[in-house]
Amino acid sequence: MTSVVDKVRDGRQAVGARWRGAPRWVRWVTLAAVIAFFYALPNPGFYQYLGPIPTTGSNFTQVLFTVSIYVLLAVGLNIVVGFAGLLDLGYFGFFAVGAYTVAVLTSPTSDLKTLWPWLLAVPVAIGLTMVSGVMLGTPTLRLRGDYLAIVTLGFAEMIRIAAVSSEFLKGQRGFNQIPHPPGQYADGRPFFGVLDARPYYWLVLTLIILVVLGVRNLTNSRVGRAWVSIREDEDAAQLMGVPTFKFKLWAFAAGAAIAGLAGALFAGKQNFVNSQNFELLNSIIILAAVIFGGSGNIFGAIVGGGLVAYMIERFRGIELLGIELYEYRFLFFGGVLVLMMIFRPEGLIPNRRRAAEFKDRRKEVTVGE
Amino acid sequence: MSETEQKPTVPAQASAPAAENLPAGREPLLEVDHVTLRFGGVVALNDVDFTLYKGEILGLIGPNGAGKTTCFNAMTGIYQPTEGEIRFRGQRITGKKRHQITQMGMARTFQNIRLFPEMTALENVQVGADAHHKTSVVSALFRLPRHWREERDGIEKAERLLDFVGIRHRMHETARNLSYGEQRRLEIARALATDPVLLCLDEPAAGFNPAEKEDLLQLIRQIRDQGVTVLLIEHDMRLVMGVTDRLVVLEFGKKIAEGLPAEVREDHRVIAAYLGVPDDAA
Repeated sequence: MTSVVDKVRDGRQAVGARWRGAPRWVRWVTLAAVIAFFYALPNPGFYQYLGPIPTTGSNFTQVLFTVSIYVLLAVGLNIVVGFAGLLDLGYFGFFAVGAYTVAVLTSPTSDLKTLWPWLLAVPVAIGLTMVSGVMLGTPTLRLRGDYLAIVTLGFAEMIRIAAVSSEFLKGQRGFNQIPHPPGQYADGRPFFGVLDARPYYWLVLTLIILVVLGVRNLTNSRVGRAWVSIREDEDAAQLMGVPTFKFKLWAFAAGAAIAGLAGALFAGKQNFVNSQNFELLNSIIILAAVIFGGSGNIFGAIVGGGLVAYMIERFRGIELLGIELYEYRFLFFGGVLVLMMIFRPEGLIPNRRRAAEFKDRRKEVTVGE
Repeated sequence: MSETEQKPTVPAQASAPAAENLPAGREPLLEVDHVTLRFGGVVALNDVDFTLYKGEILGLIGPNGAGKTTCFNAMTGIYQPTEGEIRFRGQRITGKKRHQITQMGMARTFQNIRLFPEMTALENVQVGADAHHKTSVVSALFRLPRHWREERDGIEKAERLLDFVGIRHRMHETARNLSYGEQRRLEIARALATDPVLLCLDEPAAGFNPAEKEDLLQLIRQIRDQGVTVLLIEHDMRLVMGVTDRLVVLEFGKKIAEGLPAEVREDHRVIAAYLGVPDDAA
């Protein structure tokens, strides 16, 4: 009994349906191949065969690192915006908290002079960002919609302005000599060096995989159902016994923790953190990436974050009729977003109708029965 | 109609507290104790006072704008009464959080359907079942045994309830894609999943044809037979007469009658206020 509407939509989601309908081993092999591709990608011996894909104006490996950070952030913001439906315009503020925590604890130019190793500072950074998420969320998550958006916007600006003007956070001068992640090659050379961005990219890629597994566990559980029910109808969710405030706070904390991790990775790679790294525009770009990819879908957020960050970098070094295209990257980006909202407002890979798969039951799944 | 005969007779005395007129052994479940609710100058509920007893089906009726849904909303914690209080299972619910009231055993459906449209039917009911689950971020993240246990429990319960309301074959469909009647049924299943002692149905038959209404009556009786007390807001007099044990009639925010359906039907105030008005599709 498939209605016409169903048919149209099923056609649109045919790829997704085929993916879900494919045998388990096919999916695993495909996934493994995709992951292997992305691990191989930063090697010049591999990407030189990829035609126009590598960026021309900047080091492709460096670009890949930036892109991977954006992907991680998009996965985190997707929890807040995509699943719980909380419009957070200041997500980059949490990234800043993570990066600055690492900087303050590890840098010799920091007033604290603690000189911690990078690895020790990471859990502290994640913890502190979670705390800042809870601190921001406790008063503000009682607000809804537009109000929440404005308050989160204000939060990110507060962090940035504090970074610019506070003596402790060093403003434009920033923090130098932030240590790299630990690890050595067999010959004693550090694994995470200054010139080669590949190890950092591989580290972030690995962490993305772990984070995605964790987020999947959350979303396919009572927690994820609570988030989606809040997004769909907060009043009804409350009346069905969902402690909405608690779960909204958890969404904020989980999203913040991921941003904190991303910030710590960024600081560990860059060596240097100053107030110019945390412009408001970044928050907007990540939000746009999540919506572009398809909010409420983890895979969509990954694709959105990756594509948006990549597209912006891809323009670097391209000249057309004597104009450096990179200067117009946001014009192009805005145009793409407008077209997306007209033709595909649900995003590239929309939040699919979740065909239930319960491994423990091994039931036949009937899509659009 | 044997069910109705077993029920105690409650005289339709608006002023006297209903509890005094009841035989011993009837346990009050929900007490609406002289509740007044004002929105600025508007008096939405004016000294409304009635009691709902365990195991009965109580109908709350009245013409449009009489305050039925407002009364519902006060009971489920959406509005706080200006005066008076509401007790559920002997406990004041004034000031309680909405999800706590649900966990105490009160569930409701909505006059204008409010499902979670992008979730499947099964997931909608699972949300209801989650009301008594404890899995939180840590158990879910690390897939602790509690997660698996509660997940299995939730799915089993959801499938059973979807079967009970007759839409199990649609369980993997998103709520948005269900037909109107299926959505109404899904709302009932979702509410039942919270293990309610009291189920409040806000015009569950709105927009139904006679055959569907008959099915719904059957369903409501079955729910009551499983030990759930039912409070029913309804416009359709035939439906109300057919299924309820007692009726409370509201008009302009005031209770004007209370009693057995047969008595209420004869009450001249009710006839004047409600049945006598030709505009109301009765």
